[in-house]
Amino acid sequence: MKVSALSLQNKISPEDFAPLGSDHFRDEKLETEEIGYWKASWRRLKKNRIAMFALIVILILLVFAFIGPVLSPYTYDQQVRGDEGLWPCMAHPFGTDRLGRDILVRCMIGTRISMAVGIVSAVIVMIVGSIYGAISGLAGGKVDIFMMRLVDIIYSVPEILLIVVIKMIISEPLQNLIDNTPSLKGLQRIGPGLIAIFVVYGLLYWVGMARIVRGQILQLKNMEYVTAAQALGCSKGRLIREHLLPNCIGQLIATVMLQIPSAIFTEAFLSYLGIGVSAPMASLGSLASEALNGITSYPYRVIFPAVLISLIILSFNLFGDGLRDALDPKMKKA
Amino acid sequence: MPDRNLTGQDAAKEDILLEVKHLKKYFPVRTGFIRKTDLKAVDDVSFSIRRGETLGIVGESGCGKTTLGRTVLRLTEPTDGDIIYEGQSIIGKDMKEYRRKMQIVFQDPYASLDPRKTVSDIIGEAIDITKSASGKEERREKILQLMQLVGLNPEFYNRFPHEFSGGQRQRIGIARALAIDPGFIVCDEPVSALDVSIQAQIVNMLEELQETRKLTYLFIAHDLAVVKHISTRIGVMYLGHMVELTYSAQLYRHPLHPYTQMLLSAIPIANPDISAVRKRIRLEGELPSPLNPPSGCPFRTRCPRCTSQCCEDTPSLREVEPGHFVACHNCG
Amino acid sequence: MQTIRYIVKRIGLAVISLFAIVTITFFLMNLLPGDPFMSEKATAENRAILVAKYGLDQPVYIQYGRYLKNLLKGDMGTSYVLQKGRPVATIIFESFATSMQLGVRALVLAIVLGVSLGSIAGLRKDKPSDGVIRVLSSIGISMPGYVIASALMIVLAVNLKVLPVTYNKPGGWIMPMITLAMYPTCYLIRLTRASILEVMNQDYLTTERAKGMSEFIVVFVHALKNSLIPVITYLGPLTASILTGGFVAETVFNVPGLGRYFVSSISSRDYTVIMGVTVFYSSLIVMMNLLCDILYKIVDPRITLE
Repeated sequence: MKVSALSLQNKISPEDFAPLGSDHFRDEKLETEEIGYWKASWRRLKKNRIAMFALIVILILLVFAFIGPVLSPYTYDQQVRGDEGLWPCMAHPFGTDRLGRDILVRCMIGTRISMAVGIVSAVIVMIVGSIYGAISGLAGGKVDIFMMRLVDIIYSVPEILLIVVIKMIISEPLQNLIDNTPSLKGLQRIGPGLIAIFVVYGLLYWVGMARIVRGQILQLKNMEYVTAAQALGCSKGRLIREHLLPNCIGQLIATVMLQIPSAIFTEAFLSYLGIGVSAPMASLGSLASEALNGITSYPYRVIFPAVLISLIILSFNLFGDGLRDALDPKMKKA
Repeated sequence: MPDRNLTGQDAAKEDILLEVKHLKKYFPVRTGFIRKTDLKAVDDVSFSIRRGETLGIVGESGCGKTTLGRTVLRLTEPTDGDIIYEGQSIIGKDMKEYRRKMQIVFQDPYASLDPRKTVSDIIGEAIDITKSASGKEERREKILQLMQLVGLNPEFYNRFPHEFSGGQRQRIGIARALAIDPGFIVCDEPVSALDVSIQAQIVNMLEELQETRKLTYLFIAHDLAVVKHISTRIGVMYLGHMVELTYSAQLYRHPLHPYTQMLLSAIPIANPDISAVRKRIRLEGELPSPLNPPSGCPFRTRCPRCTSQCCEDTPSLREVEPGHFVACHNCG
Repeated sequence: MQTIRYIVKRIGLAVISLFAIVTITFFLMNLLPGDPFMSEKATAENRAILVAKYGLDQPVYIQYGRYLKNLLKGDMGTSYVLQKGRPVATIIFESFATSMQLGVRALVLAIVLGVSLGSIAGLRKDKPSDGVIRVLSSIGISMPGYVIASALMIVLAVNLKVLPVTYNKPGGWIMPMITLAMYPTCYLIRLTRASILEVMNQDYLTTERAKGMSEFIVVFVHALKNSLIPVITYLGPLTASILTGGFVAETVFNVPGLGRYFVSSISSRDYTVIMGVTVFYSSLIVMMNLLCDILYKIVDPRITLE
């Protein structure tokens, strides 16, 4: 073959096209090491210093809220005679209120309430929202359209107003129920305000979650690997269990994590307005609210619960952001 | 049109594996304020595939070839028509039995593998579903055999799809399809998303597998060169219709339908001497919207030989030479 | 065609939502134990007269029908407790004027500050200014309204004594405005920043740069315009957030607005007022969401109602 002196073509010979031996793949190596999804996510999360710091703060707050009160010499509703209206001192690091109650232990209990509300509400939202969203997305067609229109309508109802109204309605019947049912005595302490929050979360707040889950399901449903599973004769149950759920669980968890601060926010707001927990139970919102009248003379009574609630919400927000980035790197905001 | 015309001979003698009769798949699409129009993705397509052969399907993107492949497997329900596998209609039947016999290999090697599953679980899924392994050890053994078969290093048993290249992923996809030992595989553009250098490897592997495992393929592609290489016979699709169907060599040597002629003349030829003298037929005009297809012959808006008859009658496939079918009023 | 179809659908949805809210509120209020006159020191006889006068002894569906009919005429009944005998619509109208004065100021502050700080952070990604803005907005978004209000009070009114504690003194509107604007401002900062970062990576901006356009034109003519589109969708929820935020801000700073009135109507069980305010606020929020969605659809026709 004539080859021009200026030719840039590679010199090739027939041997270059000879088939490779059947065992050539024995030399193939993957640069990456064997690692699963959860482990990889945990590694990404560990690299995120802000998220890890937030996680540590959350753990400290949990200890503070759930173990702290046990170690304190006072209880949240104990009125210590002679200790009324104290500024922070050795006996009462956060001071006392005008009834002589220790503010430190009340803040611990308040933190406990806030975190419990956040977590329970988030769980309610996750369960209701993901079931609804999954049904809607899987069913498709007219069922889907109807269910999503319902979501649109619920979405436009201002939930804060409804919490107020529902709380007023269930207060009395609930009180009667608790008084007459010994097994429900535990509910008495948290009061109808908190139960109203849970009810409304179960009734209304899940719509955002339902939309996200449905969106995920619709997106996944059209993935070729789902079609592949169907072509293999995969049953609906197996499809959900083996393919759809594992592929949206990361986003589900991240969304739930970010739901927690939003619920804590709502509780603080309602308790502040006096429609959250009932006295003498304390929440960070009600503590701040009680203290506001004496803000000029006793600013510390506002400062401690205010700083705590902000710290809780901030650390959940930051941890949730980090978790979302770690579980679903595609979603990461640049 | 009598159905035996499709083969020209008695179906039984020809050892037909799969027969598709007047298959239609319409998708309702909203076109106006309230009005809905059917998008005729596959419109009255008939063909048959003999055991052990490869039927290639070519056409531009949007001509309905992918929909055809999925409808044949009933992954989307056909609007009308019949699909006959080994002499039995599969319409209205429980597909469980047929899922073991008919499989599919997908176009996109990235979207077709579940990112949360390991290679072994992806390939083993079919074994799990059909419960065809008696124990863990047998399952592992079978999976390793399949990996060997498609040229995957057995060390990758517990790896995740994102760690692999496109070609390796496509091998995983093929191993998955082979796991339940099917007789028939729809290859839906299995090499279109791959580098040209990898395409040949995969196509050659598919050919080898066809021989060793007695497979029958419906091979969908838009690349005429690949289709010519692998197919026994080729069907050309245009706007949901099958416009020409014949043996691979015959189609290239003597295309009849003006659309096929245009497609073939668009293939670049690597030899400049031939390329210079070749007459290039330009495809005029735009592909009509499938929502608003032309009346009569679907190709008439771009056809140089269009007559008044083409505007009124939709031509159906007819046999103009033995084994050579064409849907055109003015050729043959 | 598509746009009109979307708008018609969207309006239909808003009407259904409003109807649902009115209905839910009405029946919820009806479930309330007792009647609004229970707290009054009235004889049973007098109470019966009052109940009959307000038609509360009639079947629920008749009351509901009457309520709907009156509502369409703008009549929400009269206050039973707080300002006895005054029409609820008048009370809402008067106190909402005050709330709106405050709310509009907060809205403007939130949009101006939020969008500009968010743009700065997005355009100067990973520079110190971006870091400072991100940290501040993360903290700001984590503070409930009363925390902000208390902090402002302690610092500005108690310690520095630069601003008055109550609303009706000169400058009294500044602290409630900041309280109201804090959350939306921080949220807008994050939203704008994320949106700008997304747009800045788009190929068409690279094309503009490749064409030799100055960075100034790339940023201000092409990037900002497109990155602000998603911000429009937040304007609906933003209004809602400022309205409900008003509950706290108005109560803390004694602003004679609708939010404070609503809070006191809850504690005094003034049913008609609670109902009226709920319906009024909900309608406002539904309307704002409707407007934003329509605006968004016109600016960006790609979105659909799914």
